Amino acid sequence: MSAWQDARPSRVAGMSARDEILARLRSALEVPRRDEVTEPGDVPRTYQRADDRAEGSDPAKIRQLLVKRLEDYTATVHRTTEAGLPEAVAAALEGAASVIVPPGVPEAWLASSDLSVTRDDGTAGPRALDRIDAVLTGCHTAIATTGTIMLRSDDLSGRRAISLLPDLHVIVVQADQIVLGVPRGIERMGEDPTAPWTMISGPSATSDIELSRVEGVHGPRRLHIVIVEPEPEPEPGPAPDAPKTAPTSQETS
Amino acid sequence: MSTVHLGMPGVRPQHASPGSSHLRGDRSFPAKARTELANPVLRQNLQHATSTIQAKRASVVREVRDWQKLRDAGSALKWQVTDHLPEMLVQLEESVQAAGGTVHWARDAEEAGEIVTRLVLERGQQEVLKVKSMATQEIGLNETLAHAGVHAIESDLAELIVQLAGDTPSHILVPAIHRNRAEIREIFLRTMPDLDPSITDDPAELAGAARRFLREKFLDMSGSVAISGGNFAVADTGTVAVVESEGNGRMCLTLPRTLITVLGIEKIVPSFQDLEVFLQLLPRSSTGERMNPYTTLFTGVAEGDGPQEFHLVLLDNGRSAVLADPEGRSALHCIRCSACLNVCPVYERTGGHAYGSTYPGPIGAILSPQMTGVTGPDDPNASLPYASSLCGACYDVCPVKIDIPSILVHLRAKEVDQRREASGQFHGTWDVAMRGASKLMSSPRAYDAAVRASSALGAVKRTGNIGKLPSALPLIPGWTDHRDLPVPRQSFRSWWKDRERHGGAPAPRPDGDGPEDSPASGEDA
Ligand code: SF4
Repeated sequence: MSAWQDARPSRVAGMSARDEILARLRSALEVPRRDEVTEPGDVPRTYQRADDRAEGSDPAKIRQLLVKRLEDYTATVHRTTEAGLPEAVAAALEGAASVIVPPGVPEAWLASSDLSVTRDDGTAGPRALDRIDAVLTGCHTAIATTGTIMLRSDDLSGRRAISLLPDLHVIVVQADQIVLGVPRGIERMGEDPTAPWTMISGPSATSDIELSRVEGVHGPRRLHIVIVEPEPEPEPGPAPDAPKTAPTSQETS
Repeated sequence: MSTVHLGMPGVRPQHASPGSSHLRGDRSFPAKARTELANPVLRQNLQHATSTIQAKRASVVREVRDWQKLRDAGSALKWQVTDHLPEMLVQLEESVQAAGGTVHWARDAEEAGEIVTRLVLERGQQEVLKVKSMATQEIGLNETLAHAGVHAIESDLAELIVQLAGDTPSHILVPAIHRNRAEIREIFLRTMPDLDPSITDDPAELAGAARRFLREKFLDMSGSVAISGGNFAVADTGTVAVVESEGNGRMCLTLPRTLITVLGIEKIVPSFQDLEVFLQLLPRSSTGERMNPYTTLFTGVAEGDGPQEFHLVLLDNGRSAVLADPEGRSALHCIRCSACLNVCPVYERTGGHAYGSTYPGPIGAILSPQMTGVTGPDDPNASLPYASSLCGACYDVCPVKIDIPSILVHLRAKEVDQRREASGQFHGTWDVAMRGASKLMSSPRAYDAAVRASSALGAVKRTGNIGKLPSALPLIPGWTDHRDLPVPRQSFRSWWKDRERHGGAPAPRPDGDGPEDSPASGEDA
């Protein structure tokens, strides 16, 4: 028998695991490393940060990038305006006979849809949710560069279970929720870091079998994103004092 | 022999517990590699898989203009964590407790297993669902639970395949990389009682079978317990981030009543905002995606959403021993992306099993021996730091810039020193060769004679390569046993003499390849 087969790490009698681990680590760190110890201020933040100018790019271009990224991973994208939203939602929900929505989703979103609607009150268990065809939620933030939709557990995005079990997930994204990069996305998340968050970037997928991509393993197999864009700007001319209503993506939260 | 001697009194860092830890194989790397190399299916799958992921990774990394700056930030953040690990852990503990979670500390694999088993049994459960986690694999949690009569079901497709086949995983990211579709179909037919035998080996159909098999388990989770690992734990908020693709993670993190997360103590990131660095580095390095399909972030317990009980188990199991070596401690910075595996020419051929540990590939070669300690030349982990050609590809791709080649060299030196100390003498062919070579090389005349003798010895094959050389050549016996060397038409020394005679002008190279034929030779050299 080799030594390593019988050796056991020693524990200090009468010491709690917590205290012992912390003492082990302190003792390990007694041996200094060659470089300076890294303090928070030493971390180079020269990468593209949230305050970078890029975030201020033309919102229409950022939306265009989001659409491209979403389509890259085979989500179905519906571009619409506030007025066209009910129609777009109805199109996205096509084929589903039942849908569950978080309590804060406006009635108007479903005005053109004809299917059985359950407004979530937190009581439906996994089996009941599994029998519902679709889920319609809003979101908190969308990151264009990566095509990521961030859901916070709240009245608009719902508790996590409802957006997990139905097979079709329709997400409504408002133009002012779209940011360009991951840093700005995390910054917005950081306003409420301790809520449960789900970041979604494409339908559930696996490449575990010979690396061929298969969509829809456990989460919803179909993902539809409805993007609500500002009404197209009217042709310049008639109303010189018209209020500027187009929201800028980065100021609104 | 599991104590790291630091010459200071009191509590010392400890190596991983050998009993329950899956950190050491039963045979050395070369011995296991020989077996694995004889498996053509494995080699073919691995080659296909590693080159596919490598190419995907390269293309999405190229998209990111500030990639090198992100790596710098990731590396610095991880140094910040290792430099302040005790304080950060205490901060994490406070944050998790403040959010309604319970924190447990486990010195080693046994203690972690005991904690988890007790929590499961106290809740009257005989079955638990698991999300892929290397930490739980490392501590052999499934075996420990099975011992207590608790069946742990793996919910990742690949882990499920591995579990149903009675195998061990061979890749951090794609644990079933060594199985092809036909094999997987066989495994499913054998182990899933309700499966329609007309199923084909189409990956989509196979994934569908796994979906149906597991969906039933997920739906019954309401009163139950799930066990996960975690990718990141945020010290200042207590948030745990789980990065995944399939959605089984979301199921396990959302549907059960009780969630137990087992986390290596090195998984900390200092602040919530720091996730902006790691959530950019990890997915692109790992699966070659801009972002993985699902990331869940949760903090303690949230009323009305998800598990109503959360237990965080913080695991040492040899990590303190890694921390004790300032030259090797950055192995703890690993975010388990597996990029270094996919670029490694050694891993690509041998696969993960040859490393004998939960952590294979270049990172495994520096992590496993440091976690377990190396107890002598017969310790299988003593061979791991040699499982590399030191080509440096792993360092180039590592998103947190772990200098794996330097640590490999450092560990080799340590191992050699240890052997010398233990035996008090030189040992083995390498030492003998080096001694022979040093004698020879310190005398130009003896060297010339030896080189001339070697061509006369005539190990030249018809291919024009040098085959196995007789061991009479006193340079490096054994070197040519497995390698063919191209035959130089001229020795370097005689080429140099010619060159000097030509007044310093580059003499034509003896093999006829003038420099003009290879414009890139400068970079290749
Ligand atoms: S060592 Fe670096 S490249 Fe290898 S798995 Fe860890 S983080 Fe990835």
